[in-house]
Amino acid sequence: MLLNIQDLYVHYKSYWYINKVLNGVWLRMVEGERVGIIGETGSGKTTLLKSILRILPQNALIPSGVIKFKDIDILRSGEAELSTVRRREIGMIFQDPMAALNPVFKIKDQLYDVVKYKLLAEGHNPTKEELHDHAVRVLNDVKLPDYERVLESFPFQLSGGMRQRVMIAMALISAGKLLLADEPTTNIDVTIQDQILKLIDRLVKQRGLSTILVSHALGMVRQMTDRAYVLYAGDIMEEARTSELFDHPAHPYTSLLISSAPKISTREIGEGIRGKLPDYRFPPIGCRFAPRCPYALDKCHTVKPKRTIINTDHAVACHLYE
Amino acid sequence: MSRTLDAQRRYLGLERRVKRENLKRVWYRFKRSRLSLIGLSLICLLILFVGLAEFIAPYPEHAGLYINFKDAYKPPSLEHLLGTDMYGRDVLSRVIFGFRYAFLLIGIVLSLVVPTGVVLGLIAGYYRGTIIETIIIRLSDIFISIPYLVLALAIASILEPNIYNAMLAVSLMWWPWYVKLTHSVTASLRNEPFILAAEAQGASTVHILFRELLPNQLGIILTKVTLDAGWVVLIGAAISFVGLGAQPPTPDLGTMVSEYSKYLPSYWWMSMGPALGIVLIILSFNLLGDGIRDVFAGD
Repeated sequence: MLLNIQDLYVHYKSYWYINKVLNGVWLRMVEGERVGIIGETGSGKTTLLKSILRILPQNALIPSGVIKFKDIDILRSGEAELSTVRRREIGMIFQDPMAALNPVFKIKDQLYDVVKYKLLAEGHNPTKEELHDHAVRVLNDVKLPDYERVLESFPFQLSGGMRQRVMIAMALISAGKLLLADEPTTNIDVTIQDQILKLIDRLVKQRGLSTILVSHALGMVRQMTDRAYVLYAGDIMEEARTSELFDHPAHPYTSLLISSAPKISTREIGEGIRGKLPDYRFPPIGCRFAPRCPYALDKCHTVKPKRTIINTDHAVACHLYE
Repeated sequence: MSRTLDAQRRYLGLERRVKRENLKRVWYRFKRSRLSLIGLSLICLLILFVGLAEFIAPYPEHAGLYINFKDAYKPPSLEHLLGTDMYGRDVLSRVIFGFRYAFLLIGIVLSLVVPTGVVLGLIAGYYRGTIIETIIIRLSDIFISIPYLVLALAIASILEPNIYNAMLAVSLMWWPWYVKLTHSVTASLRNEPFILAAEAQGASTVHILFRELLPNQLGIILTKVTLDAGWVVLIGAAISFVGLGAQPPTPDLGTMVSEYSKYLPSYWWMSMGPALGIVLIILSFNLLGDGIRDVFAGD
């Protein structure tokens, strides 16, 4: 087991209220697996990824839950152990390549720092030449031509696609085992999106990395992952092999979500789902989807559904299947 | 092998060229305003005076204790450009030596105040929402809530009146402003994705404070430092003027104004000399500060 998240709760303190975002999330993956997380904007996808690296904002609380990466208990490990994990085990590609690079430093300085941290974590103190060689190597890996110019550029001098490649390069440096990709293509245009996805896919296969791909683009998850989780309002609704999930969705939310995605084959736009995400300050007590669910039973509003296995590799949290 | 060497050489050449271009851009932005050029040249002139006071001052021996009643109370003339004082000392020479004390004041005060304030501000901003922030910010609020001149005078009056205690007094009232400035910028940068990215890559807290957060606000801090340099001189002069700073016969500008003000208005040139000196310092630092702000203001 590479990563095992159990019953994770994450709350955000705001001035008057507590926003109860993650509500007992589970997630399991073995080495080499490519896992997708699907969910609407605001469903807690990024919070989930951030808690894996424990880089949540200061107002976040984790009342309970376990995150185990290999044998390391992330939520209870010390700063030193955690920084080793961040430096050489897990890498993360951020949503917005425009903002995720420090604007006042050249790419060179930022890449060198990341390489240096990784090598230090491996117990090796690198020289300037080693840093440079390593940086050039990763830039080549992400297919950035003209590495000399890129290294000497400030982030604002690069295009969006180039910046995203630099971000991927940085994430790859510290991703020894696991790569977290948080909507890696939301902020770039469609033609580049395709290139970036193919690039990530190829690099992941080449290096035998495991990945967690977070996205609201269903097609992307369908193409790029082996298994997928559906996250709604901080609750895992369903988990299954990706093909199974898309072909035989069990949870009402999943099927509604899939059917509301616009398709090229028909001219209609999907019906969508009535209502909107619940207010995290006062979330529903039972199933968080119950207020919007067309099939909701009485007990859906009062009892939180448990994870129920309905097939090999297919589990769902819904009272309809209990 | 030769190809990689070649590539490396090419890369080094590029590195140098980029560095040169960046310097050029900084200079271009700075010189766009004529006033900041004037400020820079005035500062250079003042630094020259500070370094070579003994050689530039027409009567270097007049700086300290020197009495020659024969030449006392002489109005400005070619011999004494700013006239002489009640002991017959050349006012211009004393003002030129006075710059030395003014720059000493600036140097010591800012080198105490800026690092302290900036580090505290960075820490407070980074640990936003925790007790650490509360302690640092409330403490500086307490200092800020008292009018700064009153505070400086109060501190200076407790201590023995000399130039170093005056510097201490100015420093004690000045640091909270840097805390406030750095704290507010840091707090807004704190949740920028690039800080998060650095954390995700395993950067240490020290790295995040000094390699990520600090460089992003260096422009603002540097501008404030330059603009403050003039103010430090003014506050220092005020403390000296009321007799709590440097004592006569030290050729401190504030002390001189205070000493000579007794002879106003008949012997106006005496206090005019050091007063002009103070104005010159403040003016040139303000002009320079404007130029530096233009450099960092971006495109």
